[in-house]
Amino acid sequence: MSGPPAAPRTPSPINAARALVAGVPLAWLSVFFLVPFVIVLKISFSEARLAMPPYAPLIQWAHAHAPVLHAHWANYALLFSDPLYRDSLLYSLRVAGGSTLCCLLLGYPMALAIARAAPEYRHLLLMAIILPFWTSFLLRVYAWIGLLQDDGLINQVLLALHVIRRPLTMVNTTFAVYLGIIYSYLPFMVLPLYANLEKHDASLLEAAADLGARPWQAFRRITLPLSMPGVIAGVLLVFIPAVGEFVIPSLLGPASQLMIGRVISSEFFENRDWPVASALALLLLALLLAPILLLQRYRGRELPA
Amino acid sequence: MRGTLPRLWLPALLALGLAFLYLPIVSLVVFSFNASRLVTVWDAAHSPTVRWYLELFHNGQILQAARLSVLIAALNACAAVVLGTCAAFALTRLGRYRGRALLSGLTTAPLVMPEIITGLSLLLLFIAAQQLFGWPARRGATTITLAHISFSISYVAIIVQARLTGFDRSLEEAALDLGATPARVFRRVTLPLIAPALLSGWLLSFTLSWDDVVISQFVAGPGSSTLPMVIFSKVRLGVSPDVNALATLLITVVAAGVIGSTLALQRRERRRLRELQLAQAEE
Repeated sequence: MSGPPAAPRTPSPINAARALVAGVPLAWLSVFFLVPFVIVLKISFSEARLAMPPYAPLIQWAHAHAPVLHAHWANYALLFSDPLYRDSLLYSLRVAGGSTLCCLLLGYPMALAIARAAPEYRHLLLMAIILPFWTSFLLRVYAWIGLLQDDGLINQVLLALHVIRRPLTMVNTTFAVYLGIIYSYLPFMVLPLYANLEKHDASLLEAAADLGARPWQAFRRITLPLSMPGVIAGVLLVFIPAVGEFVIPSLLGPASQLMIGRVISSEFFENRDWPVASALALLLLALLLAPILLLQRYRGRELPA
Repeated sequence: MRGTLPRLWLPALLALGLAFLYLPIVSLVVFSFNASRLVTVWDAAHSPTVRWYLELFHNGQILQAARLSVLIAALNACAAVVLGTCAAFALTRLGRYRGRALLSGLTTAPLVMPEIITGLSLLLLFIAAQQLFGWPARRGATTITLAHISFSISYVAIIVQARLTGFDRSLEEAALDLGATPARVFRRVTLPLIAPALLSGWLLSFTLSWDDVVISQFVAGPGSSTLPMVIFSKVRLGVSPDVNALATLLITVVAAGVIGSTLALQRRERRRLRELQLAQAEE
């Protein structure tokens, strides 16, 4: 799969080993990431059919030696003409963007507090942030159903305190999706921010204070600009998976307003329209391409190993 | 540093954030001991009870799914550590060669790919392979494991890569100068040095597989439900007390494991630092 190592040497067991070390993972990832991508691309240009597989072949052999390419643009045309897809894409982007912003507003002070805590507590606090990440994502989202439902804990407390008279409907609403995403992705915001903030030179802030800067001024003029790479990494780490999120809206979201992940899944499994599902997946990927490429640039520097 | 920001509100916000992270988990645990089937309404007369835990151990569907999940997660972790370590070496140690850029792109792609796209495209791959080669004849544990390995490799590669770029190569060079064969250097010097990274890569791969529901749902076949898939289909219908009991058990195991391994690593690190200081004092 891979080429031989560049430096041409005498053939030896070492060179064979080098080719193997690079070749095996390259072959694996090509088969399981590159090839599937080509298949999705191919199906997205095919015509849906009631058959198995439920699409027409892209290349047809009209005569013995003349393959005819049947590129079918209608799937993409449908995505742009049917408001269902556009609405669901815009809804996904809005929900992901809004919850990313909330994650930032909550996560930034948390990361700053950890970075400025006494060194002997930092490890402990960091572990407290990471620990939920290791426990089942599904079960942590599930926990919110119990908290949010009509006879759930939050409504019971609010009723007991006479804040509300009737239980609030919170489960199966967009509000619950926001909450679920903020809750699940908060560690992804805090960790890159902490990795950045922890490296700041404290003497800069001392100098600012000596020169008469107020704490807020020093924060705005020194800490915030210096932390921008961490902010960008955190924002992208939350935003990218949130747009395509499937589990959270399935468990907590409204049935009337679907996020794009659920639309792709229902086009595929319920409507059995593989071409449209494939085209939607590629459209989602195209929308996320710019943030993904930006993240690649920041990831190496900001993620704690 | 101190006094540059109001000293109280930062820790207060941190406490609030941590409460937000842990409150749902605590409520899961508390209500797993609740006698009422309504889960969230505390039945003071009959609680606490371990009824749901006992029912859990008689639930054949959950036990079978748990066994399948452990098997898939362990196989996935072992394969991902081998392949991911190869990828990390290929990216840090082999210099320039054809295909390096492609390998680098392919190891980072799964990290940022939305799960739904990975799931869909892998399912279409397995279907196409079945039509062309007749394999895999049925989708199930095998296809789930293959899919999990494919995204776990990237995480292992990242972790091992960080370790490989961080350590001192003069140790390996010294061993080579002293006449050790490359294979022996790898076994006696390199492997012990990257062992912690291999362990965390294994644990992370295991957890990722053990937790995955979206990709598994796409590539699974009839009769091969992993534990997250069973939980997902159960909780779509609403809260259920035995899921709370199951969640409590899983959370306890994971928390004990993570806390234990973190403390052990910290102790090891402290000992290393102390030895380093001693060595320097003697010089």
